Amino acid sequence: MFFLELIAQSLVQGSIYALIALGLTLVYGLLRILHVAHASLFTLGAYVGVLTYNATGSLALTLLAAMLVSGLSGVAMFRLAYKPLLKQPPHVALIASIGLFIAAEECFRIAFGASGLSFTNTPLQGQVRIGSLQFKEAEIAVMLGAALILGVLAWLQSHTRVGIACQATVSDPQMAESFGITLNTVRDLNFLVGSALAGFAGVWVAVLNNLVEPTMGSVPSYKALAIIVLGGMGSVPGTLMAALVLGLVESFGTVYLGKVLDRNAIAFAFLIVVLMVRPQGLFAKK
Amino acid sequence: MDYEISLLTTIGISIMFALSLNLITGFCGQISLGHAAFLGVGAYTSAMLTKAGLPFLLTIPASMALAGILGIIVGMASLRVRADFLAITTMGVVFLFIGLVRQQEWLGGEMGLSGFPDSGLGKTGFMLLTLLLAALTAAISLYIQKAWIGRVFSGIAEDEDTMRVLGIDVPSYKLAAFAIGTALAGAAGALYASHLKFIGPDSFSFVESITVLSMVVVGGIGSVVWVAIAAAVLSALPGWFQFIGDYKLLVYGGLLFVMMRFSPHGLAGMVKALSSKKGGAQ
Repeated sequence: MFFLELIAQSLVQGSIYALIALGLTLVYGLLRILHVAHASLFTLGAYVGVLTYNATGSLALTLLAAMLVSGLSGVAMFRLAYKPLLKQPPHVALIASIGLFIAAEECFRIAFGASGLSFTNTPLQGQVRIGSLQFKEAEIAVMLGAALILGVLAWLQSHTRVGIACQATVSDPQMAESFGITLNTVRDLNFLVGSALAGFAGVWVAVLNNLVEPTMGSVPSYKALAIIVLGGMGSVPGTLMAALVLGLVESFGTVYLGKVLDRNAIAFAFLIVVLMVRPQGLFAKK
Repeated sequence: MDYEISLLTTIGISIMFALSLNLITGFCGQISLGHAAFLGVGAYTSAMLTKAGLPFLLTIPASMALAGILGIIVGMASLRVRADFLAITTMGVVFLFIGLVRQQEWLGGEMGLSGFPDSGLGKTGFMLLTLLLAALTAAISLYIQKAWIGRVFSGIAEDEDTMRVLGIDVPSYKLAAFAIGTALAGAAGALYASHLKFIGPDSFSFVESITVLSMVVVGGIGSVVWVAIAAAVLSALPGWFQFIGDYKLLVYGGLLFVMMRFSPHGLAGMVKALSSKKGGAQ
């Protein structure tokens, strides 16, 4: 019973990780940049979500606004911050990204205060019973939402011209370009979609915790990096698997190792052990 | 006068800490996002040993040894994974360190350690010791840079595979860089603990790792003099401008980004570019 509860918990956590990590993987696959500042778009989505919901009371509008704002900010970030750095060695973009992330966190703190914001009337707090398990409505919504969105994206990627163009660009940018694919359009699109997903995840985390804080992005940011490394850097199915695995490892680890290590330490201990055994990640093909 | 002494001590510790990371990331090209963990190892070692009755000066070598040994272990990761993967692995090291310390009652857990004995040198004496050690670290760095080992380091930073082809034992040199750099960070940690009289898990968080990295990057990766200058300025800034205190992280974050965006080689690169422009005009 306890076992099932843990698995259910890790599924919820894993869905959120997956939504955040997917954007990172897209960026890494395309540009080979570790996009730490991705998590600031997640935080942005959460803030926009709380503000919109408190103003309008419509969940659909809230999700739309959060995804739109995060998505467009992601594109802006790419154009202003990353594009000029593509020719530099990778650590330059990484450090720039960390700087951007820290600055963004501080902006949230200065603009909305260190203690954060919460919903005046939190949506989807009802309880749902599935078999013997209790869920919040919001938890069910996260899992279904994540599964639906990721499913649709997977379908788009393999069945539409745009999706195939993205895949081609990831596997060989120069070749793709010579076949008439505009690299920058594909990059913009990837940032738009990946950042919108982060915004979507941000809203759900805000709903689940009934709180948005300036620092809410930091732990997911580092966890998401761990996930894309575990997933084999730039591989979409690998990332999804890794997100679920990390959710499981954390839930079970906290129960059995909680006395020695805290939750984050367990996640990173797992990451380090995996990398030492399989430097290419858990789910990489090579 | 007390304030100036304390400020100079802080600056000295920052210079040591930044130069120690510069050895690993600057000279040898191994990016580390986990350097604060070694400052922490040094600080905890020294604090625990002084608590057990050892005189402070003797705890410095002990801190260096323990930090250096753990540094070699983490350095082994750099033999398995490179560049981006190494950055993430070393980031994991910080979280592992904090998570571990947090759950250990005997290390003070969440509350941290305080009330360990003084260095016994007095404020001025302690400042002189710190500045001396900082100068020593700079001297060692400059020596390494000129020596054979430094040339190998920069070769590894430049192109690891070519160095292997040349028959150079790359793994040993990488481990040497990690050992020296982390041992020096351990010494800085011992000074840090004794200077602040309080250490806790959050004193050595990921943000600290980024702060020290920003000193190295703003100075100009690999340049001893400019890294030392950047470390001195960045650690003194919040004290000089009280208004910056609350915005310290915003300034750090912004500086990191602006520096990378417009001058990826830091202050050293800027100065070089300026002087070569002047040279070109003449």
